[in-house]
Amino acid sequence: MKANPVLPDMATIMEVVEETSNIKTFRVRFNDENVMKNFTFEPGQVGQLSVFGIGESTFVINSSPTRMDYLQFSVMRVGEVTSRIHQLKVGDSVGVRAPLGNAFPTEEMKGQDVTFIGGGIGMAPLRTLLVYMLDNRDDYGKITLLYGARSPQDLSYQEDIAEWIERDDIDVVLTVDNPDEEWGKKPYEKAGLIPNVLKEINPDNKGYAVTCGPPIMIKFTLMALNELGFKDDKILTTLEKRMKCGVGLCGRCNIGDKYVCVDGPVFKYSELQELPNEL
Amino acid sequence: MACKFISNEDITLWLEALAKDHVVFVPVDDCGSVTFRPLAEGRKPVLDRVPVRSPKEAVFPQNETLLLYKYEKDLEDPEHSTVRIKETLPKERAVVFGTRPCGARGMTVFDRVFDNERIRDPYYATRRENTLFITLACNKVESTCFCHEVGSGPADTAGSDVLLTPVQGGYTAEAVTERGGQMLEASVFADGGNKCAEAEEVKKATREMLGEAHDYSDAPEKLLAVFDDDEFWEEQAAGCISCGACTYLCPTCYCFNITDEATGTTGKRLRTWDTCMSFQYTLEGSGHNPRSTKAKRLKNRVNHKFSYYPDTYEKNIACCGCGRCIKSCPASVDIRAIVKAAQARGAKKESK
Ligand SMILES: Cc1cc2nc3c(=O)[nH]c(=O)nc-3n(C[C@H](O)[C@H](O)[C@H](O)COP(=O)(O)OP(=O)(O)OC[C@H]3O[C@@H](n4cnc5c(N)ncnc54)[C@H](O)[C@@H]3O)c2cc1C
Ligand code: SF4
Ligand code: SF4
Ligand code: FES
Repeated sequence: MKANPVLPDMATIMEVVEETSNIKTFRVRFNDENVMKNFTFEPGQVGQLSVFGIGESTFVINSSPTRMDYLQFSVMRVGEVTSRIHQLKVGDSVGVRAPLGNAFPTEEMKGQDVTFIGGGIGMAPLRTLLVYMLDNRDDYGKITLLYGARSPQDLSYQEDIAEWIERDDIDVVLTVDNPDEEWGKKPYEKAGLIPNVLKEINPDNKGYAVTCGPPIMIKFTLMALNELGFKDDKILTTLEKRMKCGVGLCGRCNIGDKYVCVDGPVFKYSELQELPNEL
Repeated sequence: MACKFISNEDITLWLEALAKDHVVFVPVDDCGSVTFRPLAEGRKPVLDRVPVRSPKEAVFPQNETLLLYKYEKDLEDPEHSTVRIKETLPKERAVVFGTRPCGARGMTVFDRVFDNERIRDPYYATRRENTLFITLACNKVESTCFCHEVGSGPADTAGSDVLLTPVQGGYTAEAVTERGGQMLEASVFADGGNKCAEAEEVKKATREMLGEAHDYSDAPEKLLAVFDDDEFWEEQAAGCISCGACTYLCPTCYCFNITDEATGTTGKRLRTWDTCMSFQYTLEGSGHNPRSTKAKRLKNRVNHKFSYYPDTYEKNIACCGCGRCIKSCPASVDIRAIVKAAQARGAKKESK
């Protein structure tokens, strides 16, 4: 950990991608090339983005450590800081405190099948792991992605999705709650709630399942994974709590004696069951 | 521990000498409530009443600047500006004079969190290093005191550099740390002589006034046993009005917020005390709040002190038994009674 854990490093926005009506993706590089060169992180870790005068917010680093040209954050506009970040343009400065938190157990997952189940902005933490695994393709078994959003327009990462669909070493299924007329023509386009589509796909339950999305989606997805016979210690999820310091000091993000900002955001379902019921 | 003596009159001389190169925080009467303020003309230390506010603010101020920032317009490309930030570490040296042992012990609860192998918060650590604690042992007790039940006591030296004990005509002074020892080399101190035996009597007598100590060692598991017992927690929190007084006055509470304060193109990032007893504290963007009721928030406060913290930090309870939260709570919520009730209820649940 660096000398002052609450002091951000300055970075510059290199690229902005408009994903949906309320989600934008920002690619940033640290201003100090040495900081950029020495920066390391693992899939699942998060960062705090700062716009000075407004404040800081937590976002997962959704680029992959296998591609270190930039760090990528996808930001959904919900409040003060996120609205201000949405106004930022290429060339603007932003403060970054990263990496924070724990990561997906990429070593432990080697040689195994992995099923990804993402909902809405919850696709962000999955993207980093997915890209990492595709860049180390031989280390992992069958990879399946189920990604859902409210409507076709709410699906982020269109460019990635197009690429993944082309590949034959990953199975992609997309689902939306509210299909439009165009939707459903392609074999991978489904309609309906994620847990139901998941049961329909019925992935092999021997490998890992990784899920992230709104709390209610996670809840029902965990139940569905359970029904499908996935083992509790092979179901991974990332949790979101209101966070501030991001380094285990401010006391805001605890569940029992665990802090989501330090012991998380990645948890195994088996670990969650050990924690007091306070999600 | 070498024991020295300082007379009532010489205390003032000593404080004035210390004030030459330290900010000296002393307990003073501020509109009827005793609170720590920098020594200044006309401010007389109040040493016969337990301070209402805890001394933590000398090391962990109610608000402090973490950094300054400045936006600078790019003259070539006025659409853009760059930001410069500047770290603002505290530099002043301070002395906290006349805290009770419970208040000084509170800092040891902070130490484990803010300065350990995993992390070192430089704002806290710098202030802590630059602050000396001159503690005053108690010679009377209040009904809300229970320091003896949480591993402390009325002459506890944890967190202190010097321990004073009131005796006839003045105080005995004992060094707890090396830097405390250096302070006692000042000429205002005389050899303790028979005052030292008197001080030991005072300590013993005060400890006896507190009576037997209740045992909290099984609190973590018993609190866990009643975690989902909503009825229990609602009963405990019935009167609570979520004012947060308990947490702001507590020597061991450290929850904080970080916010920016802008003035034009410059500004600062601040750290400010916050309270886990407020609804907003854990409110999430989706509208979901894991601690939506005051019962859940009170449960978290009690659990943090008597269960989570001891589980993380070698069974140390994150409560120094000062009783401030009990004394100042407008609804008479009593943390001792809650933990005891949870222990009794938890035991009953387990035996079922
Ligand atoms: C580990 C983690 C990873 C995250 N990853 C992403 C990501 O990749 N992309 C993304 O868009 N969002 C992510 N978030 C959520 C993001 O941090 C919040 O949406 C953001 O902090 C809201 O800030 P704001 O200032 O715009 O909102 P505010 O104006 O502060 O508040 C708007 C509302 O959001 C709530 N809120 C404030 N902070 C948080 C918070 N940290 N979590 C939940 N609710 C909050 C407030 O209670 C309020 O109701 C993540 C959160 C966590 C904890
Ligand atoms: S002081 Fe009493 S009323 Fe106020 S928040 Fe604490 S417990 Fe509740
Ligand atoms: S919880 Fe209450 S008794 Fe314990 S240290 Fe805090 S204010 Fe004192
Ligand atoms: S965000 Fe401060 S403790 Fe986790």
